[in-house]
Formats: sequence, C-alpha cells, structure tokens
Amino acid sequence: MNTATAPDAAEKAERKKASKSKNTLKKTSKKTSKFATEPGAQKNSDDGLRVLLKLASHRDRIMLPVWMYALLATVGGTAYSLKKLYPAQADRDKLGASIGTNPSLRALYGPLYDTHTLGALTAWRTLGFGGLLVGIMVVLLITRHTRAEEESGRLELLGSGAVGRNAPLSAALSIAVGACFGIGLLAVVVMLVLGQGIAGALALGGCLFAVGVAFAGTQAIAVQLTETGRAANGIGALILGVAYLLRTVGDAAGNSGGAGWVAWLSPFGWIERVHPWAGNRWWVIGVTLAAGVVAAGIGYRVQNARDLGGGLLPQRPGPPSAGPGLRGVFGLGRRLQQPTLLGWMAGLFVFGIVMGSIAKGIDQLLNENQQAEKIIGRYGGVRGLTDSYLATAISFLGMAAAFYAVQAVLRLRGEETSGRAEPVLSGAAGRLAWAGSHLVFPAIGSALVMAAGGLGTGVGAGWVLGDFWGWVGRMVKAGLITTPALWVIAAAGVALFGLRPKWTSAAYGVFGLTVFIANLGPLVNAGQWLVDLTPFAHIPKVPGGAFHWAPLVWMTLVSVVLTGAGLVGFRRRDVSSD
Amino acid sequence: MTTAISASGLVKTFGRTRALDGLDLTVQEGEVLGFLGPNGAGKSTTIRVLLGLIRADAGQASLLGGDPWRDRVALHKRLAYVPGDVTLWRNLSGGEVIDLLGGLHGGVDAARRADLLERFELDPTKKGGQYSKGNRQKVALIAALASDVELLVFDEPTSGLDPLMEEVFRQCVAEERQRGRTILLSSHILSEVEALCDRVNIIRAGKTVETGSLTELRHLTRTTVQAELTGAPTGLENLPGVHDAKTGAATFTGQVDNDHLDGLLKALTAIGVKTLVSRPPTLEELFLRHYEPEGAAR
Repeated sequence: MNTATAPDAAEKAERKKASKSKNTLKKTSKKTSKFATEPGAQKNSDDGLRVLLKLASHRDRIMLPVWMYALLATVGGTAYSLKKLYPAQADRDKLGASIGTNPSLRALYGPLYDTHTLGALTAWRTLGFGGLLVGIMVVLLITRHTRAEEESGRLELLGSGAVGRNAPLSAALSIAVGACFGIGLLAVVVMLVLGQGIAGALALGGCLFAVGVAFAGTQAIAVQLTETGRAANGIGALILGVAYLLRTVGDAAGNSGGAGWVAWLSPFGWIERVHPWAGNRWWVIGVTLAAGVVAAGIGYRVQNARDLGGGLLPQRPGPPSAGPGLRGVFGLGRRLQQPTLLGWMAGLFVFGIVMGSIAKGIDQLLNENQQAEKIIGRYGGVRGLTDSYLATAISFLGMAAAFYAVQAVLRLRGEETSGRAEPVLSGAAGRLAWAGSHLVFPAIGSALVMAAGGLGTGVGAGWVLGDFWGWVGRMVKAGLITTPALWVIAAAGVALFGLRPKWTSAAYGVFGLTVFIANLGPLVNAGQWLVDLTPFAHIPKVPGGAFHWAPLVWMTLVSVVLTGAGLVGFRRRDVSSD
Repeated sequence: MTTAISASGLVKTFGRTRALDGLDLTVQEGEVLGFLGPNGAGKSTTIRVLLGLIRADAGQASLLGGDPWRDRVALHKRLAYVPGDVTLWRNLSGGEVIDLLGGLHGGVDAARRADLLERFELDPTKKGGQYSKGNRQKVALIAALASDVELLVFDEPTSGLDPLMEEVFRQCVAEERQRGRTILLSSHILSEVEALCDRVNIIRAGKTVETGSLTELRHLTRTTVQAELTGAPTGLENLPGVHDAKTGAATFTGQVDNDHLDGLLKALTAIGVKTLVSRPPTLEELFLRHYEPEGAAR
C-alpha cells in the first residue's frame, strides 16, 4: 500500500494539500451544481481548466523558475562572453568566415549570418543549445501534466469531477506555452539591456517561444500514443533527438546544395533560419508556430478518439510464464533497464556517425582562422583542429550519455516510490542485490553507450578521413575514457538515493548544472575553477591530447566512494514511498 | 505450539507522527490471526516492520525465530506477502510476475499455480498496465498462494476483488490453514475476519487494544435481547448489567453484559415470555465498541 507506508504522515501531507486547494475545489463544486441544476446543459470539454491550471502551476512553482533561469543565463551569459571573446570587428569577421566555410563548426553551432552585431552572434550561439533546452522543458512539462497524471490514476479522479476531457491537455499546453512565452520575453529584455536592437531581440525571443510551441505540439501527440509517462518522454526525446540530428546534418551541408534542405525538416533548423538582427525573417517564426498549433490540434483529435488510460500503440499479450531470463532479481533488473540502454546505444551510435563524418576539412582552417581554433580549442584544449573537433564531439556525446546514467540510477527511486520495489524487497532479494541489479546498468551501460558513441564517431571519421580502423580504435578509446565522468555524476545520484531519498531527483540538477557549466564555462574566460568542478574538465582530451591515467583513476575512486556511501545508507534506511 | 511472529512494544515515528505506539502482536504457528484496525491505525506499518522494509524505533520483534531487520533475506524465503495496493511492471505479463515473485519466495508449485489461475480466472498473458485493480491483486495473491512458504502475510488482500473472488480467496485461505501454514491477515472487512480467523488482534492509533479468540472477546461483551412479554416490563432497566433498555407496553429490547444474562432471563421469565430473541455480539459490535467512545473523543 502506497499511502499506508507512513500512514499518518502521508495522510497529513494529503490533508495539507487538500486544504491548500480547498478554495479551488469550492469553485468547481459550485460549477458542478450549476450544471446539475440546468437541464440540457452540456459539459464543455474544457471545463475545470482553471482549476487544473492552478494545480499545475502550484506543482511547477520550483521547476519552472529554474528552467527560465537556465535559459536566461544561457542567453545572457553567451552574449556577455561573446562580447569579451570577440571585441573587435576583425575578430568577428574571421569567425564568420570560418563558420561559413567549415561544415564541422556549422554542425556544432549552426550557421552564422551576420557578424556586425553582438545580437546576431548571440542568436547564432544560443539558438541551438537554448532551443534544445526549451524543447526538453516542454516535453517534460506536457508529459507531467497529461500522461503521467493519467497513468497514476489521479486524472481519473479529476476526470470524474467537473473536468472536461480536454482540460488536462489544455492546461498542460497553456503552462508550457506560457513558460516559453516567459522565456522569450526574458530573452528580449536581456538583449535590450545589452543595447541590441528591438527587432532582433523580438526575433530571438520569438524563436525561443516558437520552438517551444512546436515541440509542445508534437508532445501533445506523443502523450496520446503510449500508456506510460516514461514511454511518452521517451518518444519526446526521440523527436527532439531526430530534430536535432536533422539540424546538424543540414547545417553541416550548408547552403551549397546537397543535404542542406534537411535542416528545414526540423524546428531547430527553422529557428536558426529566422536570422535575428540579420534580416529578421518573421515568417519562419510563423511557420514554427503554425507547426506547433497543427500538431496540438492532431493531439486533441487523437485524445478524443481514445479511452482514458489507453494508448494508441497496441499492447501485445505477453508470455504466460516467465522465461529463464526473468529468474531472480537480476533478471528483473535486466528486463527493466535493458531496452533503455539499447535505445541510448543506438542513438549515440547514429549521432556519432553524423558528428564523425563531418570531420573532414577542419584542418584547412588552422592557418586561416585563429578564432575558430580559439573556441573549439577551449572545448578540446589541444592543437590539431581535427583531433580537437573530434574530442569535442565525444565530450558532447558524453554529456548526453550522462543523462542516461542519471536516468538509470533514478530508476531505483522510481521503483521504490511506485511501490514496485516492495514485493521484491519482501522476497528473498537483499537490498544490495536489488540495488545492484539496477546499478549494473549505469556502471557498465555508461561505458557501452560511450563505446557505441565512440564507435559511431570513429566510423564516420574513418569514412571521410581514411585510416578507418585507426579512427575507429581511437574514437572508441576516447569514448571509453569519458565514462568515469559519467560515473561521478551517476554516483552522486546513488548517494542521494541512499542518504537523502527524498532529494533523489536533485541528481538531475547535478547533471544539468554540470552540463551547463561544462558547456558555457569554456566560453567565459573567468571561472576556470568552476569548470574544474565538473568531471568533464578532467577527462584527457583524446584524440590529440596527452593521455593520463590519474584523473580516470581518481574519478573512478570518487564514484566508488559515493556509490558505497549511498548503498550503505540504503541498507540502513526505511523503504518508503514518499 | 510455537510462536511464528511476536512483537512487543513496537514504536515507529514518521516525522512528528507516531504511527506505532507500543504495539504488541503474537501469531502462533499454524493459526490464522486477524489483524484489525481502522485506516491509518498502523496495520501496514506493523507489517512493513515485520518484513524488514522499515526499522522500528523501539520494541522487539521476531519472525519465524529470526530478527526481521537483520535476517530479512533468509526469512523472506520462508514467507510470502501480498500488499493491499499492488503495482505491477507495465511491460511484464501477469504470468511472468507470478513466477518472478514466487521465485523470490521459495519457489512456485507449478500444479498449484495452474489451479489458482483457473480458480481466480486470471489471464496470465496480459501485461501489467492492462490489469484492473482487482486483477493486479489476483496476480499478487496467486504468486503468494502458489509459493512454497511457511508464513503468509496479507495486507488487506481482497480490496478490489469482486464477491465471487473474495469467496475463492476465503476457500484458499481455509485450505492453506489446513496445510498448517501460518497466516497474518490484516483487514477491515469484518465478515472476512470472522469467517477465517482463529484469533484477532485489534489495534487503534498504533496500540493493541484487544486481542484474543472471537469467543473470548464475545464473552467480554454484551448480548442483545429482544422479548415479547405477557405482562408489563417493570423494573427491568434497573437490573445490574442491563444497558440501552427500551420497554413498550409488553416488549423489552436491550443489551446485557454476558455475566448478568442469567439475572435478566430470570426476571423476564418471572413476567412471562411469549417470544425471545437473543443475539451474540457481531464482530462489528465488538469493533465499534473499541472505536466509538475514543473515536468520538477524537
């Protein structure tokens, strides 16, 4: 029993919640009675929207400001650092020239249209990363307020009240669109404060807003397809990943014909083609918004055609009895974790191929442009731009894979809070065996994901550069030595799980902060100590740089200590669903 | 007879809430003990302490001769547990879950598994997400009942089951009892407890308030007496041990403490009895007697 784990404590918390939402509930009951007394009054499908909106914004009162702040910091921090990094117009022109001629740089950061204003530079540098952040935010938001609620059964409780069947989706979309609007507005304000033109600022804000609306729309469809919030988030991540990949491929190809049009298939590609401070093509924002509206419309239609709790993807019957693979607690752990691992391995392999295959031609820049070397060198930290670029690519893949590692660790807490851990732990499975059955995946799986990413990059690079097996070997090695950085972040999650279970989701915060600092830190001259706090800063820059065992060994040790502390804590603490 | 479960003075606090406040519980080997109490009384918390999922702040507990916290893995091979609210893995079929959980509880008896699937009318090929609450409950029940264990722990096991399935569950428990298995049945469905249990343990606000066999408990309480008389019922309400007496022109209805039943009957026959109905207290009345006065004070 979920609530009975700490019966009174849980009840108390429920009561607290109930008293908080008492006012809103009163309103609904009035509304219901009005409908009840009016014969023939039809229940509007959006009834109860206001109540749901209040509930949703209460639940998001911490998460939303954090996201908005992260976006604000991305735009503001980037603008500030670009100002310091390229003070003179000559520097900016060189940068523009190198981006224009180099597919690898375009793939990493997108095309640069104009170098005469700080605004245009900022838009170039933030729309990729910022757009991705907005995309992740709306995917999580929409799922959290629709499918996850439906899965938990809470929506059924609300749905039987005076809440129309479209109200939850409308509430989720309103919150998501509202948040994106807020982010866009903040971006406008920041750029105005930095003295940039209003039209460009509005275009940049419009881009961040529109990309959010577009992915809110696609997620409105995604949540209809599956029965679980986890799977809906998985589809959302897939959509974001494919969209980002299309942008990468299209940008690498550039305008020189060929595959450049591919970027036009992706909302990330669209917003890059708005050209803030460089023409302000408003109609592209219009296209992005329209795509979101159309997608959301499809989401509503699908929702009205399905049952509450049901999905569109059919559920096939399973085997009537457990096969030999599902004996014992390790079999269960494998069954639950393996699909996610395989998905990530496939994803990083494909992404690696794309990143690797655009490595050609980067070395020509060496003499032409010091500036490009300056940025990319800050990520890679070594000479030889090809090596540096590939090291940067691996470090990007590592940051993505760190999310997998954290997600795999947090599955433990998910199993615990959902009550699914309880029957297993009241069986002949020790706490350590149960935790171990899951933790094997962030431990070994991280290495496998990185090996897959490295393999992909090596295959791509070897294809275009020659020396196929040489590159494959080097890149797989580069991927594998990134793994200890992933372990440190994942192990922080294990420590939280064992010692402060209620704070386990803060592991996502550790991940976010690490990636944020590792990404923006090198751009800002100051704060090297801050960058040094992230494990990624200590990974040897391979290929190209010198290889040292020492950082890998101590990072592994840190991970072991954190994991050990977490496991000792978990053995001693209560199993609890709240 | 040896003791399967014994707990004394269990205390468990969650924050400022005292979920268990000196709880005592004894289950003899081979008996079915009904563990009664209203919502939030601490039944599930007690069970979770006994399963080593949470650790009591104070008090002693022993389970099948071991320490429920320290020896949990070894002990869990000898027991099976059904929670009141079963959540299943969405991508595992019911049959897979039965084998998995059964395997964690000393192994599944294949013949018994097949028999139970049939009796509970469960389709084992459905995936976890497709089962209704009652069917999820059945999955956990079959896994527990088909396991080869000494002790069965049920925490409100029939919530969500339809009356037919409740009946199947009762038959199964009766069979398990005949095989000599020990059963701890937490419930607030009194008819279920009355039909199945040898003894009951009633708790309230984390404390044991009553324990004993149903006969013993009944002895401590009152019998309801209704009589039609040939004469006027005078003076009956003042007899010792008579409560809630209502008298008509020639009728009497009231309750009497069991040790004063004799006196009331003598007085009634002295007046002259036309019809007489006397009813022993139901478990419901026992239960209410323990909860109402203090409940009202709350």
